[in-house]
Amino acid sequence: MNAFDYVVLLGTLFGIAAYGTWRTVGRSDLRTYLHGSGDTPWIVIGLSVMATQASAITFLSTPGQGYEDGLGFVQNYFGAPFALIAIAAVFLPIYRRLKVYTAYEYLGQRFDSKTRLLGAALFLLQRGLGAGITIYAPAIVLSTVMGWRLDLTIVCSGLLVVIYTVAGGSKAVNLTQKYQIGVIFAGMAAAFVVLLCRLPAGLTFSDALAVAGQFHRLHAVDFSLDMRPRYTFWSGLLGGMFLALSYFGTDQSQVQRYLSGSSLRESRLGLMFNAVCKIPMQAFILLLGVLIFVFYQFERPPVFFNQAAWRHESDHGGGARLRAIEADFAAAHAEERSRLETWLAARHRADRAAEAAARAPLVEAQKRAQAVRSEAKQALLDARPGATANDSDYVFITFILDHLPHGIIGLLVAVFFAAAFSSKAAELNALGSTTTVDFYRHLVRREAADAHYVAASKWFTALWGLIAIGFALGANLAENLIQAVNIIGSIFYGVVLGLFLSAFFLRRVGGTAVFWAALAAQTLIFALWIFRSALGISYLWYNVIGCAACMLFSMAIQAVLDGAGAKPAGA
Amino acid sequence: MTPGPKDGEATGLPGVRTWKGVYWVVAGSFVLWVGLLVALEMFFP
Repeated sequence: MNAFDYVVLLGTLFGIAAYGTWRTVGRSDLRTYLHGSGDTPWIVIGLSVMATQASAITFLSTPGQGYEDGLGFVQNYFGAPFALIAIAAVFLPIYRRLKVYTAYEYLGQRFDSKTRLLGAALFLLQRGLGAGITIYAPAIVLSTVMGWRLDLTIVCSGLLVVIYTVAGGSKAVNLTQKYQIGVIFAGMAAAFVVLLCRLPAGLTFSDALAVAGQFHRLHAVDFSLDMRPRYTFWSGLLGGMFLALSYFGTDQSQVQRYLSGSSLRESRLGLMFNAVCKIPMQAFILLLGVLIFVFYQFERPPVFFNQAAWRHESDHGGGARLRAIEADFAAAHAEERSRLETWLAARHRADRAAEAAARAPLVEAQKRAQAVRSEAKQALLDARPGATANDSDYVFITFILDHLPHGIIGLLVAVFFAAAFSSKAAELNALGSTTTVDFYRHLVRREAADAHYVAASKWFTALWGLIAIGFALGANLAENLIQAVNIIGSIFYGVVLGLFLSAFFLRRVGGTAVFWAALAAQTLIFALWIFRSALGISYLWYNVIGCAACMLFSMAIQAVLDGAGAKPAGA
Repeated sequence: MTPGPKDGEATGLPGVRTWKGVYWVVAGSFVLWVGLLVALEMFFP
């Protein structure tokens, strides 16, 4: 990055944050602070919901997923449109009618205080962890490749979000997200256009897709009924629907966004905007990763994309082995490229026989290059046991820094931070709101002036910001970052959703039954996670299992309580 | 899942006047996107 990139990066980030703070600071009414001014139009709600979900991890890590595994990850989002329809039709009218500040207040009204606190506590636990990852994810990758200090990157970026979120509350979150998502769209579109321009001369878009197809990178939809693969059509549709239903319907960071709408219509249209756009948006980001894969078939990539880690090991004793691997990779890549050009020439001549004959050697050459990359990862692990050998999060940023022009580099780095800020601001806003409304106002101080609760909410928001920064400073993740976020969510979301679906649809179930059912279901999910290697169940299914277990257990416990003569509390 | 009469606020969208209609359009867009992804793989196997 040069000075121009830094001007673009810092100007974009500080400009949006300063504008958001200036426009919204000094609000003292609790409803305005927690829900905004109540006049938010559907497009702002739609963009805000989108910006809250699409964190830096989405834009940093998803292209790496596309590079490694192709388009298959898009199936994770297949359930989202149906979940959003259910929320717009069922959840939203109830939340608006009851005029709740948080989703968990509804659990208190439908069941009892302990169930409300359980729902809120599960949210605080998983979202508190998630907020740490939201800030850690871009910081670890960007500090590694830029040579910035990780702790300073986490603290500086974290504090900037805390300041404008605390100052302006929900209104500041909505306002800044509008501009942040604009920066994100502009940056990703610029990256896509420049990438297409950087493909080798004579290689059309159709050729690029054909190359991707040869390496199975366009295999987007898997209709198999096997439960072991992480992503299939069915796990995406069912597991993804439960994940999305829980995330969009019961996670306060999202509920708070669409409750800021001026009417039911505006909130619904904001949700439907996301229902239509979510799949193509994710497919587009994955396709970007697939095209980067195609680009690197012609331009030799680093053997390991986390080049800082590679250089570090190279300079500290492992040099001879790593240099030998680099030489092997250069030879394997040159052979692969040669085979690819032979196959492409046959394709351009429409010589089907030659094309078919060139295919097998091409696939073999690609496997050899892939084997050398695997060897490189193993060499790093041998040199430093316990190190992270997953470099897919570094694919996109490596491409950006090595192949995009200055100015665009600054814009793309701004995209990552803007996405991190937009998600983190919504998360902190929700964590502060839930702590204030569901715990402080409910348990500690029931009657006080609005100004007191606004001040409390600001303190809690700041406290959660500091906790998230602290978690980020101590985090160390081996998983691909976007998967790590979805895994943490899936461990908790199913049970939380079970609480809400029991509230909506199981009229005979009371608070005591659902409370113990939720605890039992959460224990079951923890057990599934602990024994995941032996059981082999993809984490997306935790959403279905957790929800179903919570509902079934609550019916069973209620039947026992009814049999023992207890009345269904709150039913 | 069908919206009741009380939440039958006008959608304000041209050609789709009920929320049920909006939900069908969204479901249709899902089928379209999945179809396009399947077609993409079929055209570039």
